[in-house]
Amino acid sequence: MQNKKKITPYRVFSVFNVIFMLLLILVTAYPVYYIVIASFSDPGALSRHVGLLWMPMKPYTLSAYEMVFRNPRIITGLLNTLFVLGTGLLINLTLTMLGAFFLTIKGPMLKNAIALMIIFTMYFSGGMIPGYLNIRDLKLLDTLWALVLPGAVSTANLIIMKSGFQSIPDSLIESARLDGGSYLQILLRVMIPLSKATIAVMVLYYGVGHWNAWFNASIYLRDSDKFPLQLVVRNILKLAGSSAMASGAGMDEMAQMAELIKYALIVVTTTPILVLYPFLQKYFVKGVMVGAIKG
Amino acid sequence: MKNKKKSGLRRLGNDLRKYSDAYMMVIPVVIFYLLFCYKPMYGILIAFKDYSPAAGIWDSDWTSSYGFQHFIDFFQSYYFTRILKNTLVISISSIIFGFPAPILLALLLNELKNEKFKRVTQTISYMPHFISMVVVCSMVQLFTSNKGFITYLLSFLGGPDCSLLTRPNYFVPIYVLSGIWQGIGWDAIIYLAALTGIDQELYEAARIDGAGRWKQTLHVTLPGISGTVIIMLLLRLGNVMNVGFEKIILLYNEGIYETADVISTFVYRKGLQDFQWGYSAAVGIFNSVINFVVVMVFNKISRKVSDVSLW
Repeated sequence: MQNKKKITPYRVFSVFNVIFMLLLILVTAYPVYYIVIASFSDPGALSRHVGLLWMPMKPYTLSAYEMVFRNPRIITGLLNTLFVLGTGLLINLTLTMLGAFFLTIKGPMLKNAIALMIIFTMYFSGGMIPGYLNIRDLKLLDTLWALVLPGAVSTANLIIMKSGFQSIPDSLIESARLDGGSYLQILLRVMIPLSKATIAVMVLYYGVGHWNAWFNASIYLRDSDKFPLQLVVRNILKLAGSSAMASGAGMDEMAQMAELIKYALIVVTTTPILVLYPFLQKYFVKGVMVGAIKG
Repeated sequence: MKNKKKSGLRRLGNDLRKYSDAYMMVIPVVIFYLLFCYKPMYGILIAFKDYSPAAGIWDSDWTSSYGFQHFIDFFQSYYFTRILKNTLVISISSIIFGFPAPILLALLLNELKNEKFKRVTQTISYMPHFISMVVVCSMVQLFTSNKGFITYLLSFLGGPDCSLLTRPNYFVPIYVLSGIWQGIGWDAIIYLAALTGIDQELYEAARIDGAGRWKQTLHVTLPGISGTVIIMLLLRLGNVMNVGFEKIILLYNEGIYETADVISTFVYRKGLQDFQWGYSAAVGIFNSVINFVVVMVFNKISRKVSDVSLW
């Protein structure tokens, strides 16, 4: 009681700093919160509402979610995304580790040439049209492989993986060599077990990339049965978007429901990642640092 | 001379034999780069050709003006100045407003006493980075529609009560602000790492010399992260011609092309919607070449300024 704290400029600053952070949290989280509560709201009441929303509008409903999960396009979209995610990650990890490990081996004469070949692609590429024609010439158009193969290795990720491998002492590789181990055995038995954290970063970066990808699918695929989830979502939101922009009060029930489905769809496609990322924090923070310093 | 060459070849042969299992491992990676990165570079030829699908790229005729007709057409078109200007305006405004934001956030986070509060704030600030572009852009569309809450809030400040994305002069602010929303937390990570790397003894010494918190920030903290800031800025400037086209394609509409259409979205429309492959590839090459030059220039500057080059 008696030692009343003196008001210093730094204390005033600290108070404002905390207030600023609370505002930042509000601004970051509110849009997501809005989507979630809107998705449970009564479609009619929601369509008449203007402005901020703090609680779902009664009567609460799950009908939008029912419709999302009953929509066959969304289910096939999810299955396509899971296929791309699974095969994609397998190919991504295999090639990235092979390439990164080769670049950590001391000795091969062609190492610098191959390193240059890899790094050059970070600064120059054929561009969108030659890339498209290439996929067409390789007969990959309208196959799910067009979503997997062109991005099989990300050079930025390869560099992160390489710095992960480089942090392992050379002496381990050399002694395994002297014991007669092949490089493949060294990769499998020495490097990979010692690089679990970096591999976790790879899984996270490539995995989030596959989950969120839509653009390549939109240019390489025609057949809507092959569309990944994000492209399905994009097309549904785009359709519904044009109707919502045009009409206000005169929205009929169908349009109101379409509006609600948008919110539910956003929640469904985003939840898996938002649930996972807080647990993976310690890994990706490390990845950002390595990537920024070496990349 | 001949001898030297021969021994070079022999050395290569020995090397290939000695490291054969290492080379075997890298072959799939090399094949990937050749097939998906270098083979498309051959496709660049199409920019200099009057492409006919029947003849293929190689056998199509060269365009007039020694093959540069597509480039000349582009430079003379009405679109050239528009998309060049939009690219630069969007990119430079993103740098001016978007670059300092994560630095400021990192400095403020660093001053938080309560570790738990700091961690929670940080975790929440990463969240938008993980939300897909499709979802972020549809959120932007929903909130800036005629009934959206952003439009509603802005109407108190004299904003229009129609969808903001139908107004050309709102596009750049929407693009830049939503970009800050998406990236501020994630981009702050690197600066926070730099801040933890500052030697605590320097603060000790500054305190002994009678420096208050503000002076410590000015004379210890800022110099401590300036190296990171400079590298990040140079990296960012090197990418000045690269505007993320995914976001623009998801956000724009014909009504606001005058402020929203950039080089990459123009390439996308001309090439993949109008099928003018040669012309579109020429515009793309124009962009990549400038990009490449800009990156090289900033890499050189960075090497001079900080002894740290980008590779």
